[in-house]
Amino acid sequence: MKIAVVTFPGSNCDHDCYRALKLLDEVEPEFRWHRDRELGAVQAVVLPGGFSYGDYLRAGAIARFSPIMEAVVAFAREGGLVVGICNGFQVLCEVGLLPGALLRNESLRFRSHEVHLRVESTGTPFTSRYRKGQILRVPIAHGEGNYHAEPEVLAELEGTDRIVFRYVTPSGELSPEANPNGSAHHIAGIVNESRNVLGMMPHPERAVEEVLGSTDGLGLFQSMVDHLTAGVTT
Amino acid sequence: MKRFHVEVRVKPRPGLLDPEGKAIHHALDSLGYEGLAGVRVGKVIDLELAAGNREEADARAREMCRKLLANPVTEDFELAVAEAPESDDEGGQAS
Repeated sequence: MKIAVVTFPGSNCDHDCYRALKLLDEVEPEFRWHRDRELGAVQAVVLPGGFSYGDYLRAGAIARFSPIMEAVVAFAREGGLVVGICNGFQVLCEVGLLPGALLRNESLRFRSHEVHLRVESTGTPFTSRYRKGQILRVPIAHGEGNYHAEPEVLAELEGTDRIVFRYVTPSGELSPEANPNGSAHHIAGIVNESRNVLGMMPHPERAVEEVLGSTDGLGLFQSMVDHLTAGVTT
Repeated sequence: MKRFHVEVRVKPRPGLLDPEGKAIHHALDSLGYEGLAGVRVGKVIDLELAAGNREEADARAREMCRKLLANPVTEDFELAVAEAPESDDEGGQAS
């Protein structure tokens, strides 16, 4: 199956995503350039991390108007699987496929280290390989990952099982110290209402081989493959 | 068509945590400035645009703010529209 990885000017995790997908026998990853107007025959789309358009104005604000994004939005609205990682999450919020916004980290520091995530929902095409409550070790690397949304939006995300990952301590507890950026409700990743669009700040593609220190991110891509193989899509 | 300067001021919405403003507040405190009740940091974007009149310039700038310049989830904006003075290349100086 073909999965597109979109490269914006300033993307710097596109090759990591490509490599992570390449590890899966079933997947044939393909790059798409921000100027492309069509995705072609792909089964899923990855918006990778980086600093698209230099993060000018706001992270993701300019990337959302690049030609490829029209195709990505149409693909998502038809039920296609889209995952936005780090800068990709910021782009998904700016383009309105996911609610809320990512603000400057509360600490004002760029945080680049491993975090512990608790899997909050396995009822998504991205997390079926995990157990509910499972703790994952995955790196983060961002300066603007502080998830913010209006209280009604947060209540809706909570009430509809749309918070997919939360930052926790190694033993799985919520604590301010384990929240690396000040995110509301310790949110690290959310899905849209129809559960086919995932945005997350941590980098699963950087946790897919032993040599990287963790393989906990692999399950996310395997879950997508399972979902697509089962032909449940669109 | 006339030319207008539009100063767009984008600010974090009230109540929203502004860590940068907080850091500057601390710095001013430590410099000994007393009675500082709050510091918020936004950004200023200067637009130069041509429009038939002031209302049109204002409306176009507002649309730009809603579409791109401000994020409605986290930011408010205000505008100051001023007609640009006649520039040298537009009159007076015949070559």
